Amino acid sequence: MTNPIEVQGLVKSFGSVRALDGLDLEVSRGEIHGFLGPNGSGKSTTIRVLLGLLRANGGSVRLLGGDPWAQAADLHRRLAYVPGELALWPNLTGGQVIDLLGRLRGGIDERRRADLIDMFELDPSKKGRTYSKGNRQKVALVAALASDVELLLLDEPTTGLDPLMEAVFRRCVDEFRDSGRSVLLSSHILAEVEELCDRVSIIRAGRRVETGSLADLRHLTRTTVRSETVRPPTALTGMAGVHDLAIDGNRAAFEVDTAELDPVLGVLREAGIRTLGATPPTLEELFLRHYGDTLPDRPGAES
Amino acid sequence: MTGTWTLVRHFLRRDRWMLLWWSLGIALLYWSQAVSVEAVYASQAELDRAAALMGSNAAFVAMAGPARALNTVGGQVTWQATAFGAVAIGLMSMFLVVRHTRAEEESGRDELLRASAIGRRATTAATVVVVALANLLVGLLVTLSLVSFPLAVGDSAALGIGLAATGLVFAGTALLAAQLTSGARAAYGLTGVVIGTAYVLRAIGDVGTPVLTWLSPIGWYQGMHAFSGVRWWPLLLLVALAAVAVAAALAVFARRDHGSGVVADRPGPARAGALLGTPLGLAWRLQRGAVWGWAAGLFLTGLSYGSLGTDVGDLLGDSAMSQEMFVPSGMSLVDGFYATAILMLALMSSGFAISSALRPRHDELDGRVEVLLATGLSRTRWLLTQVVLTTLASTAVLLLGGLGLGVGYWLTADDGGAVGRYLLATLPHVAPVLVLAGLTTLAYGVRARWAGLAWLGLVLALVVMLFGTVFRMPEWLQDLSPFHHLALVPAEDFRWAPLLALAAVAVALTAAGIVGFTRRDVEVR
Ligand SMILES: Nc1ncnc2c1ncn2[C@@H]1O[C@H](COP(=O)(O)OP(=O)(O)O)[C@@H](O)[C@H]1O
Ligand SMILES: [Mg+2]
Repeated sequence: MTNPIEVQGLVKSFGSVRALDGLDLEVSRGEIHGFLGPNGSGKSTTIRVLLGLLRANGGSVRLLGGDPWAQAADLHRRLAYVPGELALWPNLTGGQVIDLLGRLRGGIDERRRADLIDMFELDPSKKGRTYSKGNRQKVALVAALASDVELLLLDEPTTGLDPLMEAVFRRCVDEFRDSGRSVLLSSHILAEVEELCDRVSIIRAGRRVETGSLADLRHLTRTTVRSETVRPPTALTGMAGVHDLAIDGNRAAFEVDTAELDPVLGVLREAGIRTLGATPPTLEELFLRHYGDTLPDRPGAES
Repeated sequence: MTGTWTLVRHFLRRDRWMLLWWSLGIALLYWSQAVSVEAVYASQAELDRAAALMGSNAAFVAMAGPARALNTVGGQVTWQATAFGAVAIGLMSMFLVVRHTRAEEESGRDELLRASAIGRRATTAATVVVVALANLLVGLLVTLSLVSFPLAVGDSAALGIGLAATGLVFAGTALLAAQLTSGARAAYGLTGVVIGTAYVLRAIGDVGTPVLTWLSPIGWYQGMHAFSGVRWWPLLLLVALAAVAVAAALAVFARRDHGSGVVADRPGPARAGALLGTPLGLAWRLQRGAVWGWAAGLFLTGLSYGSLGTDVGDLLGDSAMSQEMFVPSGMSLVDGFYATAILMLALMSSGFAISSALRPRHDELDGRVEVLLATGLSRTRWLLTQVVLTTLASTAVLLLGGLGLGVGYWLTADDGGAVGRYLLATLPHVAPVLVLAGLTTLAYGVRARWAGLAWLGLVLALVVMLFGTVFRMPEWLQDLSPFHHLALVPAEDFRWAPLLALAAVAVALTAAGIVGFTRRDVEVR
C-alpha cells in the first residue's frame, strides 16, 4: 500500500516569493507525522497544495494515492482538514457549521459528534461572530474529528486552546491514530510535536531539513538544566554533550544534548540532587544553533 | 481621557476618504435637486402645474415629506432631498460610530489600544468628536452649496444645520446601540431599524396621522420648514435628543464589561436544518436577507414610478432637457417614460446582481471557502451554485420591480392590463443584468481581488443611460453598455436578436469565470 502522503521536490511560488523550494514529505499509514517549522516556513502552503487549493509549480504530490489538484473533491471525502484559523459565517451557529461541513464531506457520526461537543465543552448554539478564537478552533476540530475519514490534515490546530482542551485534543488524535489512520500535524512548537508525534519532518524556508523518528532527532536538541547539589558537580566539566557550563559553588547551569541526558543526570545524582529544573528544547533554539537563523518570523510571514 | 486627540487624528486619517465621499455625496444630493428643478421646468407655470400634481400624490408625500412651497426651487430641494438626506447622514454616522467602537472591540484591536497608554474612555470620546465633525462638515457643505446656487442664506442654513443635527441624533443612537449589542452586525441592525422606523413614522404621519411625524427625528428636521417660513425650535429637539442618546451611551459604557453588550446575542439552532446540507441551501441562507431587502426596495420603487399613471407628461414639463433624458426621441411621452423607468429598475437590479455575484469573493478572501472546498464539494459545483442563486434572485428582484410598476399604474390609471404588459416589458432586461453578473463572475474567476472592478460595468451603463444622448457620446462607447441594445418596450417593438445575443454573452462570461476559478489558486487575505 502506498503512503497517504507522498511529496517530492514540491515548488510553489507567489510572485517572487518562493514559499516552497523543493520540499519532500512522506507520511506513512497509521502514524502521526509532525510537520515542524517556524512561522512563514511554508507549512500552510504545503497543506493547501495537498488540498488542491493551491496549484504546485513543480514537483510531484500524491495524496491518498491520487492527484490532489485533479481529483480534489473525491479525495476530500476521505480526509478532514482543520485550518490554522477557521473563519466562521457570522450568522451561522457552530453546530450548523459542524453539520454543514460534515454533510458536505459525506456524512457525520452522530454519536461521535455529541461526544466531541461534550468533551470540548463547546456551546453549539452560539453564532459564529460571538465565538472566541479557541472556540472557533473547537468548531473546526469537532467537525473534522466527527467525520469518518482516513486522514487528518491539521494546520497548527491547537492555537487558542487552553491546556485542558489541548489534552482532550491529544487524546482524540491518539485514538484516531490507534485505529490505523494517519495524521499530518503542523506546528511551530517543538514540545507539542514531541508529545504527540511518531515521526517528524522539520521544514525551513520551504525545504525539509530533517526527518525521522523523535529518537533520530534527539541529537539535534538540547535541554537547559539548572541544578543545586550537595557537593559541587565538578565531574560535569569536560563531559561529552555538556555545553555552556557555569558552576557556582553547589549550583550549576548548563545545556546538554538531549541524547546525553541520562549520563549527565547520573553525575548530578552522584553529587546529591537538592533541586533540579530542566527546560525542554525549543524549536527556536534548535534553528538558531543549527542554521544560524534569527527567529522569529521572516518578514511578511503568515502564521 | 488622555490620548483622545491622538485617536481623533488617527481616526480622521483612517476615515478621510470615506468622509470625503459621504459629505460630497450628500451635498450633491441637495445641490443637484436645485439644478435639476431649474433645468427641467422652463417656466413658473410648468413648475406650478408639476407642484400641484406632486403635492396631491400621496405616494410622493409618503416617500419625500410634507408638500410645502413645491412651486419654488427651495421648496423642491427641501421636499426632494431632506428625507433621503436624513437617512443618508444617519447611515454615515452609523458606519462611522460602529466601526470605531463595537467593530474594533469585536476584532480585539481595541484591546490593544486600551492596553496602551490611552485612557479607557478615549476611544469613545474620540469617536464622538469625529462623528460630530463629520456631521458639521456635511451640514456646512450643504449650506454652502445651496447658498452658492444661490438660495436664501437663512433657509439654506436651516437645511444644513438641521441635517447635521439629525445626523447627530443617529450618531447617538449608533453609539448607544454599540453599547447594547455585542457585535458590530447587531449594532448596525439596531441602528438601521431606528433609522428605518424614523423614516416610516414620518411617512405615515405626513400622509394622514400628523402626530406620528412628531415621533420621528426626520419629522422634526422637516418640521423646520426651510424655504416655507423657516422656524428654528425643532432644532432644539434634535440637539437635545442627540445629547440624551450620547449621555445614555456613555452611562452604559461606564457600567458594562469590555467585549460584552447589554443585550446578549440570541443563541441559534444547535443543528443545521435540511436546507443547510446543500450548497444551494447554504448560498440562499447567506444571501436571503439581501434578496428580500432588494426585492422590497425594487417593488416599492416600481410602485412609485407606476403610481404616476398617465400624468408623467406634466411632471416632466416641456423642457427639451428633461424630455431628452427621460424620453428617447420619437416616442410617445408615457410609453417612453415607462420604458426608461423599466431601464432604471434594471440598472438597480444590476446593483443587486453584482453584489450577489461578489459574495464568493468575500467568502474566499475571508477564508471561509477554504474549508468548504476541503470537503467533497468541487470548485465547479460550488461556484455554479452561487451563479444559479445570483441568476434566480436577480431575475426575481427585477421582475418584482416590474410588477410594482404595473401594480402602481393599475391602481392609479385603473388599467388592470398594465400589470401583465409591464411585467412582460421588464422580462428581457434580465439579460443585460446577467451580463453584468457574468462580468463579475469572470473577474472573480481570474482573480478574487479583482472582482470588485465589475462595478465599473454598472457605472458605465449608468453614465451611458443618463448622459449618452445628452452629451452625444460616441456610439461605440454607448454600445459597451449591455443596456443599450434592447428594444425599449413598450415604446418600441420587441426584438429577439439583441436579447439572444446578450443572453449568449452572459452565459459565455459566466462559463469563462467558472473555468478560470477551477484553474487558479484559492486566495486568502
Ligand atoms: N497567498 C500568498 N501570497 C503571497 N505569499 C504567500 C501567500 N501565502 C503564503 N505566502 C508566503 O509564503 C511563505 C510561507 O507561508 P506559510 O505557508 O503560510 O508558512 P507557515 O504556515 O509555515 O507559517 C511566507 O513567506 C508567506 O509570506
Ligand atoms: Mg501557517
